[in-house]
Amino acid sequence: MSSRPYAAARRTLSVGEKLLEINWGLVVLITMVACVGFAMQYSVAGGRFQPWAAPQMERFVVGLAILVAIALVDIRIWMSLAYPAYGAALLLLVATTVVGHLGNGAQRWIALGPLQLQPSELMKISLVLALARYLHGLSVEDVSKPLRLAIPLGMIVVPTVLVLMEPNLGTATILMADGCSLLFLAGLSWWWIAPVVTGVVAAVPIAWQFLLHDYQKRRVLTFLNPANDALGAGWNISQAEIAMGSGGFGGKGFVQGTQSQLNFLPEKETDFILTALGEEFGFVGCIALMLLFATVIFYGIRIAMASRSQFGRLLAMGITLNFFFYIMINAAMVMGMIPVVGIPMPLISYGGTAMLTVMFGFGLLMSVHVHRQVEIPRSSGGII
Amino acid sequence: MPLFDRKDKSRYATFTRRTLTMGGGIAAIMTALGARLYQLQILEGEEFMTRADENRVNQRLLAPLRGRILDRFGVELATNRRNYRVDLIPEQALEGVDAALDTIGRIIVITSRERERILHDIAENKHFVPTTIAENLTWDEFARVNLHLPYLPGIQPEVGETRNYPFGDQLSHVLGYVAAVSPDDKTNDDDPLLDLPGFRIGKRGIEKAFDLQVRGTAGASRVEVNAYGRVIRELGRDPGAPGADVYLTIDNEVQKFVAQRLGNESAACVVMDVANGDVIAMASTPGYDPNDFNVGITETQWKGLNEDDHHPLINKVLSGVYPPGSTFKPAVALSALDSGLLPADFSVNCTGSLQFGNYVFHCWKKGGHGHVDLHRGIAASCDVFFYEVAKRVGIDTIENGAHKLGLGYQTHIEIPGEKAGVIPGRAWKEATLHLPWQQGETLNTGIGQGYVLVTPIQLCMLAARVASGNQVVPRIVHVVGHTVEQRPQLKRLEFSDAALAAVQSGMNAVTNEPGGTAYAWRIPNPGFEMAGKTGTAQVRRISKEEHLAGVKKNDELPWNLRDHAHFIAYAPADKPRYALSILLEHGAVTSHPHVQMARDILLFTQQRDPANMTAGYPVNAADNGGARL
Repeated sequence: MSSRPYAAARRTLSVGEKLLEINWGLVVLITMVACVGFAMQYSVAGGRFQPWAAPQMERFVVGLAILVAIALVDIRIWMSLAYPAYGAALLLLVATTVVGHLGNGAQRWIALGPLQLQPSELMKISLVLALARYLHGLSVEDVSKPLRLAIPLGMIVVPTVLVLMEPNLGTATILMADGCSLLFLAGLSWWWIAPVVTGVVAAVPIAWQFLLHDYQKRRVLTFLNPANDALGAGWNISQAEIAMGSGGFGGKGFVQGTQSQLNFLPEKETDFILTALGEEFGFVGCIALMLLFATVIFYGIRIAMASRSQFGRLLAMGITLNFFFYIMINAAMVMGMIPVVGIPMPLISYGGTAMLTVMFGFGLLMSVHVHRQVEIPRSSGGII
Repeated sequence: MPLFDRKDKSRYATFTRRTLTMGGGIAAIMTALGARLYQLQILEGEEFMTRADENRVNQRLLAPLRGRILDRFGVELATNRRNYRVDLIPEQALEGVDAALDTIGRIIVITSRERERILHDIAENKHFVPTTIAENLTWDEFARVNLHLPYLPGIQPEVGETRNYPFGDQLSHVLGYVAAVSPDDKTNDDDPLLDLPGFRIGKRGIEKAFDLQVRGTAGASRVEVNAYGRVIRELGRDPGAPGADVYLTIDNEVQKFVAQRLGNESAACVVMDVANGDVIAMASTPGYDPNDFNVGITETQWKGLNEDDHHPLINKVLSGVYPPGSTFKPAVALSALDSGLLPADFSVNCTGSLQFGNYVFHCWKKGGHGHVDLHRGIAASCDVFFYEVAKRVGIDTIENGAHKLGLGYQTHIEIPGEKAGVIPGRAWKEATLHLPWQQGETLNTGIGQGYVLVTPIQLCMLAARVASGNQVVPRIVHVVGHTVEQRPQLKRLEFSDAALAAVQSGMNAVTNEPGGTAYAWRIPNPGFEMAGKTGTAQVRRISKEEHLAGVKKNDELPWNLRDHAHFIAYAPADKPRYALSILLEHGAVTSHPHVQMARDILLFTQQRDPANMTAGYPVNAADNGGARL
């Protein structure tokens, strides 16, 4: 990965050396993806920087600064902050749930002074940090021991249930996916995995009956047969598919998409931004974006594999997979492959919290990269 | 514990293996997403392209200009006028709809009821849809609104087209009127124009009969709309085709004279060209102003029109059926003479009544007419003479002759709502009343009473047929668009010339010989003399006691119990060109006002002589149909 001599890398690096160690190729890639987002924000506003493109750019600049700052912080410091961060995120999540139950309906936001925070977003990062720290202390054999396994499972299930109660099915799914992926990567025995997967499949009808809200059930039903409700909830899916499909091979041209420009497209600047891209730049544009995403993910996997610490590996993979799950769920959703669950396209969709969370995550990924030679004893993992 | 142990190595190996597994999974999922993209954008792209276009492109109908209705000289009887109106676009009213209405309310009058309607309309529609605030504004009002426009955000002055009847109630029963489309109008008509807001459709008269021709063809404007239906831009426009003009045979000057002469009486009058059946004037009074129906008639107006005992909404010329009374006598005389059952020198002695079975049949003249032949029978309208004639020739002869004159059938004039009337006979009575024919009824039929019912247009046709000896049929439409309406070839009546001459001579005597029932109101001008026949249709039943005590004179009765007065005539008496029939409801008074009206109308018509003036029909139409003129 680096031509630097092994011994030199093992000592603590200076800030200047760390800046040089940053994977600038990945930063350029991320910026390219974000630029696709700016272009689409500009387009769906009818060819204007306001109200979306300009604020999105400002946030990205802030996000870049955060990314670099986080990358420079020693990975061991992040490791020591993992549990407090998880605890804080959990507290905020509980607070949100309580406030939400006092009010009416969905409550995903909490006001911290002037900042509007989505605790479920914080939880995605915190959960990955905390699991990576806990699993860092376990050997492959340990992971599959019931008592050892109970703790990370609790760390996953508690926030997942809280987020599900908000209710936010999309984020809950991502939390669960993130957590399970890390357990899998840490070496969880197939003897555990096989029965659980079977159990989950069997539990779907039960979840349908007791866990899902009416509006969530409606989304699923609508997804299964959009024509049933062509002017209600199915309208979003139909219009999104029309936008995407009508782009054809080469698209209708920048700021020329009739579906997005004439407001047929729902939530065009946020969750459904990919369909605006599909309409204006066609198959070519979508595939190009997918290749950019794939490259970012490839970088993330390489960084994970190059890390000398299990914490670093798991953290890098957790962040990378989180990014991938976002992309997968959003793309599948807007293309009518899965129900609409309200997950934005990372770096592309308009939205402050999501942008900052993603950049924070990439900061941690970068920190793993910068500190890839740092070795951390297994004993410093665990609960402590 | 060593920094690296075997366990660390094993979990690194596991991590690497499983990471690569997951990488494979990620690649597979990305491929699946790419496949879905390929399916949507490449395989089904065309279909979605069509659906995207269906989304954004709307057809907006454009109302065509309604065809005009003109008289024989090209005078516009129904036309289109500018409709100055003011619309409000709610979203552009910066200070709110209420403030905008207050401001405009200081420039033009907006009643509280209209205001309610406007606010209702605004609430019903999207905030960018213009709502009409006021229409049919005068030029002054419209100019004032335009002057203040800079201070009226959201207010939009518009100029549309709407139907206009410049002569108001003078032609109401000929033209009919247009009004808003009702659900019934859509049952047999799927023209998309009917769904256009504010569209007007012909409801009566020529406007109804020729609605399809006059309406024109819808134009369309293809517009791009956004998801909320707001028009973004126009993509294309098809102007449609304006409606066809309809040229009537009416001479508006004669029509005007007739309408003025009838005044506000409950009356009907038709003037016809005996050479071809062209209706030169047709009036049923009182009428209504068709403009009121177009603008929107109020409930009070509608109630007033419906409850008026002069029946302004009924076209009495076509839809009013009356016993013809003595105007039927020329038909009886013609039938009898032509049948061969009546000798030409047949005469009776009128004593004022005729005993028939248990019944006494009275003559209108109490003392009787003395010796009466056919000539005097018509001139003096002797009832006893016609009782004897009817008794002699029988009901079958009368029924057959009346049918040959076109009575008992619709004339099929182009205006809807025409009644057929009744010419009674044995078969008719058997079919409708299930009773055998009584001979006494033949006597009543002989003087145009009993079951006989006719319309004023039929009586006018009777006059024209007797005058010309031809099977004249009344027609009122000459040209539609550029096509001359087809007319049947004129045929001679199936009566002998001698019979016709005898009846014509009798009708001439009515007006031009002392002793004739209308001699006092003859046309004295040489060359313009008219021949005619008076008639009275009994409205009330006269009891035996009243006959004994002396029948009350109509002048002594209240208006609604007086008899209806008929008069049919043609002129000039020796070379007939114009035929007329007039009906004055409850007008049978000694001064014969209806005969005076007929005299003035026929004199005016002859002096103007529209039949011999150059018509104003479109040129190529005149080429086709000129021969008929």
